[in-house]
Amino acid sequence: MKKRITVAVLTVAMLMGVLTGCGSKAEAPDSSAPEAERANEITVGIANDLAESLNPLKSGYTAGTREVMFNVFEGLMKLKPDGNLFPAVAEDYTVSDDGLTYTFTVREGIKFHNGQQVTASDVVYSVEQCKTPDESGAMVEPALQIIEKIETPDDRTVVFTISHPDEEFLNYLTVAVVPADYTEQDTKPVGTGPFKFVSRAAQDSVVLEKFDEYWGNKAKLDKVIFKIIENADSMVLSLQSGAIDLCNHLPTVQVSQLSDDFNIVEGSMALVQALYLNNSAAPFDNELVRQALSYATDRRQIIDIAFDGYGAVVGSSVYPTLAKWYDESLSELYPYDVEKAKELLAQAGYENGFDMTITVPSNYPQHVDTAQVLANQYKAIGVNVEIQPVEWATWVSEVYNGRNFQATITGVDAHYPTARAMMERFMSQHSKNFINYNNEDFDGLMNKAAGTGNDAERTEFYIEAQRNLAQHAANVYIQAPADLVAIRKGLELGGFHFYPIYALDLAELYWAE
Amino acid sequence: MKKRNWYLIFGSVLAGIVAAFIVMGFIWTPYDPTEMMTGPKFDAPSLEHIMGTDNFGRDIFSRILQGAGSTALIALSTVLIGAAAGIFVGAVTGYFGGIVDEALMRFNDALTAFPSVLVALVVVGVLGGGKYNVILALGIVFIPSFARVSRTAFAALRNVNYVKSVRLMGANPARIICMHILPNTMSVLLPAITIGFNNAVLAEASMSYLGIGVKPPDASLGYMLSEAQGMLSLAPWYALWTGGVIVVMIFAVGLIGEGLQRRGKEGL
Repeated sequence: MKKRITVAVLTVAMLMGVLTGCGSKAEAPDSSAPEAERANEITVGIANDLAESLNPLKSGYTAGTREVMFNVFEGLMKLKPDGNLFPAVAEDYTVSDDGLTYTFTVREGIKFHNGQQVTASDVVYSVEQCKTPDESGAMVEPALQIIEKIETPDDRTVVFTISHPDEEFLNYLTVAVVPADYTEQDTKPVGTGPFKFVSRAAQDSVVLEKFDEYWGNKAKLDKVIFKIIENADSMVLSLQSGAIDLCNHLPTVQVSQLSDDFNIVEGSMALVQALYLNNSAAPFDNELVRQALSYATDRRQIIDIAFDGYGAVVGSSVYPTLAKWYDESLSELYPYDVEKAKELLAQAGYENGFDMTITVPSNYPQHVDTAQVLANQYKAIGVNVEIQPVEWATWVSEVYNGRNFQATITGVDAHYPTARAMMERFMSQHSKNFINYNNEDFDGLMNKAAGTGNDAERTEFYIEAQRNLAQHAANVYIQAPADLVAIRKGLELGGFHFYPIYALDLAELYWAE
Repeated sequence: MKKRNWYLIFGSVLAGIVAAFIVMGFIWTPYDPTEMMTGPKFDAPSLEHIMGTDNFGRDIFSRILQGAGSTALIALSTVLIGAAAGIFVGAVTGYFGGIVDEALMRFNDALTAFPSVLVALVVVGVLGGGKYNVILALGIVFIPSFARVSRTAFAALRNVNYVKSVRLMGANPARIICMHILPNTMSVLLPAITIGFNNAVLAEASMSYLGIGVKPPDASLGYMLSEAQGMLSLAPWYALWTGGVIVVMIFAVGLIGEGLQRRGKEGL
């Protein structure tokens, strides 16, 4: 009997322990205490460990790895926060009139972290590796296969000949340039970036240090420690306790728990969250039904309820940071209007509504939450939503690759920060067209954009294509979710930049005195 | 004078209260459990929302009423499936022994070797999620432990004298197993069943925690607890109420199990 009671008491105690244990707050450091000489370094919290191999010429890089290693590696070209490219490892480049020959000059005196000079053969090696399948059979950059020939007339010149003109070719050349004869890239990566890799402890931390011989503006911090903290609640506690100074991609619930010691900077995630509709599955093969759902969606309420008010409403498949192509007016194309939605449903022959299933990847609570809010909103027009949470692997095979779904909520991102990369997948014959969008006008616009050599004209075509997606309600577009970054006060905010891709650039960050 | 069995009395009263609330949840809840923005988000407990509201502004009390129902249903059905199949396997292997015993128990060992959540994940992966598939998945996961416990009990009683006697009288094995041995294994099986119920409540919680339990927006205690965890400092009452109800439920069934076991001992 005693044992039983003990067990019962222990069970209660354990459950309560689980509850209260997580709630206890670590002691916040007294901010009024005289500050000891602050080391010129910061600790950054990241949610996932980096990929097993840090070799950028292998295909296993995760988004989180790319983000951190953005500080270590550079390609011939490098991305600026505004989405434009500038020559990094290259000093200069020229493009032939027919758009088929690109000539790069390697920057004079540029060195790898191990002190070696960068030569044309290193560039050739790196690019070749990225377009060759590695042991897993995948390529770092399949698009580089467009290259027909690489020549190196001298030690500092690389000439690429490509098979057909491609406006995004320079984007492909952002792949990392590494030394050709270096064999320890997996564990001790060497690149040309503003920070050099120092050490890594699996599941614990990654340490980078300033590279003193960097060719450009040298990093302002001497050292950066990336601390791996998988649990979002622990992340908040670590921020509060002073263990970490900066953390990006914070969920809104966590942000609302942070104290005044932090500045919260809001950027926009480089993706479009939408209710993606299978355009070839009934009833979504009917444009009127898709438009009706678009009218019945109160996007502001989704953002308020599921995202604590952070996020930017979008109306098509281009997110706001792609400013060159973004048409803001589309976010107002389908204002929240239940009557209009009902009218359209009636026209389509669904005056009594219908049943639908939204398949959501269960590892993304924000998408599951969005589905719940949508299900609640669609009740008003008689549409009965069943939410089907599935594991990520199932989602990828069934929904994304199998196209065996009615509707799904996810965030679609782009490989490159260009309108083409965002929209190309919706061309009727594209292999990634998981929503089965089939619109001749759209295909025509995308083809025209690819065919023209005139940049202004091309931009116009992309804007037109973007409108096409919105007007035909290819999907129920919701928002570009906010990317929230907590930065400890004292760090100069001007030194932090958002990029339209996964990149956590720390080179310009510094402690204000 | 017979001592009162306080375990049984107290456990039954507690379970009765829980059951009453669950039944009430089927008939009436103060708000629609899935209706959003019935009040502000994260509203603290008040007269309007006696347990406060969650991150969608849904009434937590209504959701707990509904969620406790789902959780109890899942736990009971799971134990029912697990116990029925497990006792059957245990009886056959324990009573007959030999090659059947070897084969079934080794298979049983193999099943036990996998972490239970993994087995459940596989079943859910094949069948898809949702309340009823979770019941099936957890039921399968619970079979080995019941099989093992009952096999031991049946093997021990196989060769005691009264069983030998009925066998000599020509009773067939099915009759011996069901009528003669099974009632005498109850002192071992009852605690196993009550503990099994408690494990099932917790297993439902962990399945929902992985996002493969009940389908949102339906509620279950496990799903709610996993939601509540991220909001601990914003809405501590959410986790406390939900966790509290789980604790009460487990405690009640635990007491009943203990009470039944004591009554069995006294009766002997």
